[in-house]
Amino acid sequence: MSNEAVLHAHEAAVHQVHGDHHEHHHHETFITKYVFSMDHKMIAKQFLITGMVWAVLGGLMSVLFRIQLGYPDAHFPWLQDILGKWWVQDGRITPQAYYALVTTHGTVLVFFVLTAGLSGTFANFLIPLQVGARDMASPFMNMLSYWFFFTASLVMLSSMFVETGPFSGGWTAYPPLSALGDASPGSKTGMDLWLIAMALFVISSLLGGLNYIATVLNMRTKGMSMTRMPLTIWALFFTAVLGVLSFPVLFSGFILLIFDRNFGTSFYLSDIFVNGVGALPNEGGSAILYQHLFWFLGHPEVYIILLPAMGMVSEILSTNARKPIFGYMAMIGSLFAIAVLAFLVWAHHMFVTGLNPFLGSIFVLLTLLIAVPSAIKVFNWLTTIWRGNIRFTPGMLFAIGFVSLFISGGLTGIWLGNSALDIHLHDTYFVIAHFHIVMGVASMFGMFAGIYHWFPKMYGRYLNNTLAYIHFWVTIAGAYMIFWPMHYEGLAGMPRRYYDYSIWESFKQFADLNRFISTIAIIVFATQLLFLFNFFYSIFKGRKVTQQNPWNSNTLEWTTPIRPGHGNWPGEIPEVHRWAYDYGKDGRDFIPQTEPIGADESHH
Amino acid sequence: MTMFLTIAVIVLVFLVIFQIAKASEYVAVLKGEENSRKQTNKINGFLMIGFLVLGLIGVWYCNDALYKKTLLPLDAASVQGERVDSMLWVTLAVTGLVFIITQILLFYFAYKYQESDKRKVFYFPHNNKLEVLWTVVPAIALTVLVVIGLRNWFYFTGDAPDNAMKIEVTGKQFGWIFRYPGKDGVFGKKYYKVIDPASNSIGLVWKDNAELNLKDDPASHDDIVNEQTMYVVKGKPVKLIIGSRDVIHDVGLSQFRMKMDAVPGIPTTMWFTPKYTTAEMKKITGNENFQYEISCDQMCGNGHYSMKGVIEVVTQEEFDMWMAKQTPYYLQAFPDKDPSKQKADSTTAKPAVANAATMLKAVAKN
Ligand code: HEM
Ligand SMILES: [Cu+2]
Ligand SMILES: [Cu+2]
Repeated sequence: MSNEAVLHAHEAAVHQVHGDHHEHHHHETFITKYVFSMDHKMIAKQFLITGMVWAVLGGLMSVLFRIQLGYPDAHFPWLQDILGKWWVQDGRITPQAYYALVTTHGTVLVFFVLTAGLSGTFANFLIPLQVGARDMASPFMNMLSYWFFFTASLVMLSSMFVETGPFSGGWTAYPPLSALGDASPGSKTGMDLWLIAMALFVISSLLGGLNYIATVLNMRTKGMSMTRMPLTIWALFFTAVLGVLSFPVLFSGFILLIFDRNFGTSFYLSDIFVNGVGALPNEGGSAILYQHLFWFLGHPEVYIILLPAMGMVSEILSTNARKPIFGYMAMIGSLFAIAVLAFLVWAHHMFVTGLNPFLGSIFVLLTLLIAVPSAIKVFNWLTTIWRGNIRFTPGMLFAIGFVSLFISGGLTGIWLGNSALDIHLHDTYFVIAHFHIVMGVASMFGMFAGIYHWFPKMYGRYLNNTLAYIHFWVTIAGAYMIFWPMHYEGLAGMPRRYYDYSIWESFKQFADLNRFISTIAIIVFATQLLFLFNFFYSIFKGRKVTQQNPWNSNTLEWTTPIRPGHGNWPGEIPEVHRWAYDYGKDGRDFIPQTEPIGADESHH
Repeated sequence: MTMFLTIAVIVLVFLVIFQIAKASEYVAVLKGEENSRKQTNKINGFLMIGFLVLGLIGVWYCNDALYKKTLLPLDAASVQGERVDSMLWVTLAVTGLVFIITQILLFYFAYKYQESDKRKVFYFPHNNKLEVLWTVVPAIALTVLVVIGLRNWFYFTGDAPDNAMKIEVTGKQFGWIFRYPGKDGVFGKKYYKVIDPASNSIGLVWKDNAELNLKDDPASHDDIVNEQTMYVVKGKPVKLIIGSRDVIHDVGLSQFRMKMDAVPGIPTTMWFTPKYTTAEMKKITGNENFQYEISCDQMCGNGHYSMKGVIEVVTQEEFDMWMAKQTPYYLQAFPDKDPSKQKADSTTAKPAVANAATMLKAVAKN
């Protein structure tokens, strides 16, 4: 018997389940089904795969700049052959290329991968399936949301090929540097394209976000009250609210920047003398204004990235611990508290800009306050797995990894949120360590958890487990090896965004460490390729799903056929009778949401 | 070449892993999925506890290897820095404890409660007492940290003592310009439109300019301006008035545990009290090349990484001597206005210079 035959011995069973949704299909062409699709599940996959492409590109960029940091004296002529003279000269990455790489890496990972790729994918995929809706409130807007994102991607990509290079002033794009083409070549055409891409991206997120909110509020199936919704939906809902309220502010910041760049206004510019150009006419603007506008989105943005991961992790932990999520209401409450506080802490990124010290102290207070709901969530997750019966599915492993990383990175937030300490640590590698662990890697783990958990629902096949286990263990060990030592670099005051440290008496002692970190980073990157391979291979060749509910889960998406068509449920949408977390109740392993409350069921 | 070899090895490893992965899936199906799932569950449970133990050892090892390379083993070089450090230790104690406890619980629970046929899960959806407990305890701990932090914050950002020496710092792509107020103790006016990179790098207003409606400010005539190295006095508070000529920079003083942005158009300030002279720090660190470096900590362009300044912390006498040798910027720009040069007999200046030279030699010996 061939491998394929063994794996698909259950094919017959599959076809049976398969059969009953065919009648539901209206006629679809390749274009309407795979390209301009209005099916939320297909749009989710489009977001996911576009996000993955960006993750690979963004990851590759980090490998390149880590090569520079790890091997500052080495020459790589072959890199020059691949990338060309603009990027690599004399076998070494040029400073301008280095900064372009760092900037683009930050921008695409934050916005394209962890915002669009994460909430774009899972809000689209899970909201209708888990609240019991046939599709989004507006499938058309949903489609537009993706295509705006796609266009933004193309524009961002095109900026890599302009003569003066892509934007190179850091993902936060502070003016005056970002406003003045004369101050840096990256701020010329590259910055124009960056701004256009970001503006398109903002439109995409607004279209998506409004849709998610409308769907959650209006399209829940019968019996699905707000307090019966899975925590994934709560988290995705708050994420969308954060985005809708904060992205317009970023947009306004960008508009003012566009005006300053092109139309001679002085919103951000004042008293500037540029080498080789002379004094500029602008007076009376405030460079700090931009930072307020940016971080008013920027801080909520980090939670836009984190909350979906938190929601999915809550769901996955509970399902695989076969035990209800602990403190469901407290979980919603803490999500709510985080969502509110997220708008009130932005200036903690600006403690050393000359901010009024009294104002700074208010932001210290509010910032550290946000650690309380974070702590609640951590302890609730710990209690959820306590006395459970844990199945280490790949999704579960990544969920546990997420909790570990969230703890490690969240705790250093307490250091940075205290302004008197931030004076020392701001813009050092300590900050790099903090936000990569708590946001970058943790949310990536949330995303992986979600992919492993819902892949069977997306494609009707499983990912390969062995590859998944290797992926998890190498990645978590590698992530800690990369980012943990960076705390020490930060404690030596080593600044971030430096191309080369060898001229610095205070920072050059970390040359060995930087080489170590770069090596691990390359290994971890290679391991992600393993995942990528697993993903695409399994779409076509993975083991087929034969049970409708492979994880024995309570939520509604597992009541759809194995490969649901457009409209999700072939017949009526099921009615919901209980919350999503009746695992291990009254001696029963799980009780799906669709099951009515029994007469003799215990109360809690 | 090694790179190609590496790539070849990676590809090979990939292929092997892939074959193993495929085979194991094949075996799993033959053995029965339930059985093989239980088996991998055990392996992963074991890896959980293994990761915890190795991870904690790794944390210790990392600390052992890197702690000595940070700034922490030595005293902070400023009075304010001591308070930053003590606050850092308190924060480390609190967060470190939480880190150890929660990570141990997480991975231990994962290991302990791995799936077993015998276990009956505990249906435990909520418990108000517990939830209140872990709302209140973190809140209290954080309040303590906030109180400590804000006391320091108001001290750092409060007014500098009256006896503080004032120095103006201006960032530009990619270097630092320092200005001392000169004998009159007053910084003369400046205006960015009269900047001339060659002779008037920060735009001192020392000439009438009808077009820009500027009037010569005599206070600017004795201002001392120099680049790259700033002199301050041990034990004497120094207040920096920070600005930028072009984009945003940041005066990063890691040994003093201080940092402040340099923003064009909006002056900022920072003050601190150095505790050790540069010479003393060379001894303390055992590093002959030790320097107090000013690192630019805000992305400012392609030369950001090389935007370095140096602070020389010296004794009061050394400082006075150094100061005595400085020529006001105005006189550098207009040498013909220099009274000492006009007189042609420079006898009065000579002894001071000679004196300074011997003292400098004395310093060098230290
Ligand atoms: C326990 C709660 C947290 C606190 C108190 C906190 C505090 C801070 C502070 C004060 C900074 C500014 C540091 C500096 O630039 O000097 C910072 C940076 C950052 N934090 Fe957090 N943080 C927390 C959690 C998070 C979470 C959950 C995320 C993301 C999911 C996150 C993402 C970031 C990012 C991206 C930056 C750096 C942005 C940049 O400068 O490029 N933080 N955090
Ligand atoms: Cu923030
Ligand atoms: Cu800089």
